Amino acid sequence: MRYVSITPEEKRLMLKATGVDRVEDLFATIPENLRLSKTLDIPEAASETDILKYFHSLGRKNASAEDFEYFLGAGAYNHFIPTVIDSVISRSEFYTCYTPYQPEISQGTLQATFEFQTLICQLTGMEVANASLYDGGSALAEGVLMAVRTTRRQKVLVAQSVHPEYRRVLETYAANLDIQLQELPFTESGCVDVEALERLVSEDHAAVVIQSPNFFGVLDDVEQAIGLSQSVGALSVVVVSEALSLGLLKPPGELGADIVVGEGQSLGIPLGFGGPYLGLFATKDKYKRQMPGRLVGQTVDSEGRQGYVLTLATREQHIRRQKATSNICTNQGLCALVAAVFLSVLGKQGIRELAEQNLKKAFHLRKLLGDSLVFSGATFNEMVVECSEDPAEINRQLVSEGIIGGLPLGRYFPERSNQMLVCVTEQNSLEKINRLADVLTSVKVTL
Amino acid sequence: MNAPDNLLYSKEHEWILKENDVATLGITDHAQKELGDVVFADFPEVGTTFKVNEAFGSVESVKAVSEVYMPVSGEVVETNESLLDAPEKINDDPYGEGWIIRIRLTNPTELEALMSSQEYSKYVEEESQE
Amino acid sequence: MTRTSVTSLLNEPLIFERSGPGKSAYTLPRLDVEDVPVEEILDSKYLRTEVRGFPEVSEVELIRHYTRLSTWNYHIDLGMYPLGSCTMKYNPKLNERVSRIPGIALTHPLQEEQHSQGNLEILFRLQECLKELTAMDAVSLQPAGGAQAELIGILMIRAHLTRKGNPRKFVLIPDSAHGTNPASAVLAGYEVISIPSDKKGRIDVKVLAEKMSEEVACLMLTNPNTMGIFETHIEEIAQIVHQRGGLIYMDGANFNALMGYARPGEMGIDVLHLNLHKTFSTPHGGGGPGSGPVVCKEHLAPYLPVPRVEQEGELYRLNSDKPESVGRVHSFYGNFGMAVRALCYILSCGREGLKELSEMAVLSANYIRRRLEGHYELPYDTDILHEVVFSDKKQHKKGVTTLDIAKRLIDYGFHPPTTYFPLIVEGALMIEPTESHSKEELDAFIDAMIAISHEVEEDPEKLLSAPTTAKLTRLDEVRAARSAILRWEP
Repeated sequence: MRYVSITPEEKRLMLKATGVDRVEDLFATIPENLRLSKTLDIPEAASETDILKYFHSLGRKNASAEDFEYFLGAGAYNHFIPTVIDSVISRSEFYTCYTPYQPEISQGTLQATFEFQTLICQLTGMEVANASLYDGGSALAEGVLMAVRTTRRQKVLVAQSVHPEYRRVLETYAANLDIQLQELPFTESGCVDVEALERLVSEDHAAVVIQSPNFFGVLDDVEQAIGLSQSVGALSVVVVSEALSLGLLKPPGELGADIVVGEGQSLGIPLGFGGPYLGLFATKDKYKRQMPGRLVGQTVDSEGRQGYVLTLATREQHIRRQKATSNICTNQGLCALVAAVFLSVLGKQGIRELAEQNLKKAFHLRKLLGDSLVFSGATFNEMVVECSEDPAEINRQLVSEGIIGGLPLGRYFPERSNQMLVCVTEQNSLEKINRLADVLTSVKVTL
Repeated sequence: MNAPDNLLYSKEHEWILKENDVATLGITDHAQKELGDVVFADFPEVGTTFKVNEAFGSVESVKAVSEVYMPVSGEVVETNESLLDAPEKINDDPYGEGWIIRIRLTNPTELEALMSSQEYSKYVEEESQE
Repeated sequence: MTRTSVTSLLNEPLIFERSGPGKSAYTLPRLDVEDVPVEEILDSKYLRTEVRGFPEVSEVELIRHYTRLSTWNYHIDLGMYPLGSCTMKYNPKLNERVSRIPGIALTHPLQEEQHSQGNLEILFRLQECLKELTAMDAVSLQPAGGAQAELIGILMIRAHLTRKGNPRKFVLIPDSAHGTNPASAVLAGYEVISIPSDKKGRIDVKVLAEKMSEEVACLMLTNPNTMGIFETHIEEIAQIVHQRGGLIYMDGANFNALMGYARPGEMGIDVLHLNLHKTFSTPHGGGGPGSGPVVCKEHLAPYLPVPRVEQEGELYRLNSDKPESVGRVHSFYGNFGMAVRALCYILSCGREGLKELSEMAVLSANYIRRRLEGHYELPYDTDILHEVVFSDKKQHKKGVTTLDIAKRLIDYGFHPPTTYFPLIVEGALMIEPTESHSKEELDAFIDAMIAISHEVEEDPEKLLSAPTTAKLTRLDEVRAARSAILRWEP
């Protein structure tokens, strides 16, 4: 078979050298009664042609951005993906290589990761960033764990406007550790209830978690939230799920955030039905030894030449075992490379221009939606709209016109079942934005 | 085996120098050799109290982390801040400039359970033969 | 016939050092909506000035930059990685092509189920294959790696035991286990008790029986273990644990040794994880993304993460109505892109092919063992399956360590094996060839290892100064940790 490279004669020679007659004999160490006795219910090998046919047919059973315009965001964003990205990451030097534990023969990955760490610092305004985590949700969990470790406090305030899936992940991680999560409500503007925050936050809190733009697309009052957390010695954890927004918006680092966590999928990673994505993690220099995940650091070799290595590994599972700062083993290596290439392709001008296009196109829709907007707060590229009928019904209508509509909010907020979270990116056309606005603002006539 | 006579030693390879009611602590030459090049030392804030045998901090090399334990109970009165910039002092001068914390003893009788220089040397030898 | 490494690589600075104002590598379409100035849309308090430090390069420079960087990487398409515990097998190109089919890749996780039937079928079918391969009843493809899967698995065990009245306090873990095992157990709220290995390199069953109690939630084991040794007493082990109401979690990292030969579900395992980036050929990507499906027996199924991918008649559904689920560790459905690749691989190899892979993996490892055992010390004289662990005991006498051997192997054109793991073997050299390599490649590796063992006797300096033919020589890791320069600054 094509993935094995040994001839029958060579196999015979190897068996001889190993001292057995048949390859089955090498499995004698497995007790007889435990050995597989039936034929596995797995198909016989399929040809390449048949496999391609099959997967193409599966592709046709999906709606995709190839045939539809998406107005759906909620933590996964349909953005421009520069062609060069695939050229770079399709190089087997990058995608088939292992974790760079042998730095002398992994400088490609190591330097690219060092560049990634730098780019994330620049994007978020923070002092240090790691080599990535799994996704936004696990990044949030890790951020909270770090705040708890650092402050040695057990309570955490989490805004209800943080992405619901990230909050579920956080709850799963926190459930069996001595961590109490408390919810922080939001107001009609869509922003965090600052009065409630002021009232609730105390010296028992390890962290205050807010997201901006938040799950509803609203730009939150990050600076105030940071100030209030720090006034009691709690760490402020700011979540960013639409990383592209940082091309235009003031980054949490400039506002004094202690920890920034988020999702980097917007940075060149395709929608991919939810994964692999890219967890971002950045913090202040004074907390770097508490950071989870892999870190690449600069050093020199024995000849004094500059190079890069994985460093501060003593935080990690393979050394600390029970006392590790987290249990994470992989980062999202290749996805981090995608983001690094993306940010390098766009560069200083491009990231701004792209973010501006998002803002302006979304603003166009915002103007058309007028009073149907649910929250009054400023937004970037997402907004919540009040629908005159079931949002799922509206989406069914839109599909026939080649449009994938926004997210029916009832999925995460049952009390908002008539509301839809709509996203507009640079990928959306004027024509379809206008059409969407038409459909959303038309009043349903019941006969 | 480098283990100065005027110090007392614990089974976890810490040394302690008592001067009146304040004592200085660090890790032994044997410990720093085992650990390798120290890259970071983590110690508590002044004012914290610890019981005997409780971990009060850790010393890290590239490949390993070692907790450091209190040979006796006490309150931290001073920490060696210079280790933050120069952790290698623990390797170069473990009994002098590589000291980690100074404590005020809360239960001086605990000193009696510690080892002398000879006892410690013997202990290290036996341990390495296991 | 050994091979040698020759270096002639171009140097390349950081991309920031290539940057110059006015250069660009992108083009965006013209704005088709009204070009309202940003300041009229958002208050200036929300806006940043610029992303300081971001590079400005042309497409040519960008491509040259990354291409030059890529030439400094060893990778599977270049040669073998004998990395124990990693299963660095060949990454089929067909997997890559299939995963990029736009109808599959350009799909949003929250789009309507009826518009995602193709992708849901991929997930469901992979689940079915994994169940069949392991003789288990239920699967979640959500965890993004083995470590996440372990956490979920232990949380499921905890939930199950809590339902029975007592989550218990401890998890038993063999001293040969991978570092993620104890880390995950602690994250799940348990304390770890270590079980020593016996003289044959297997879990000491006597000690296990002593340590097993009604306060132990589970045993986490790897089978075959990290020494490539099959835990032949697995049935007895399962009995000891189950009898006192505990469960067994299996780290399935070494599943490449078992396909078509044995199934964990028939050995008393209650829950396990698999690594798609190991056994199922998805690429390592320089450190991820991976994927760690959790596979379990029926009694643990209610606790699996949500949503579950299910089949209802002709349709595939996402079902989140599982009140006993332990929650989720990843947003959406996990690393779907890896699931696509793994399913493609399974269909491409087929039932017989998968068995053949395990056979060749085990044969290759045993071949290496036999040919190297005179030259390196073998700490356990026990039969192995797909990986073998040597130690540097012989070479240590000449002042040469596992690290030096590993670095010297680089000069012979190979990536080193796993070193210093498992911890119970001093100076461990863990070798897992996988089934991918030709006999020439295996022989070149073996010859290199033998040549190195001779060099230890004749000219140890060659090892101590190795590698000399890579882009860089040994790097100062102490300096890296002390100075901790983690980013570029202008």
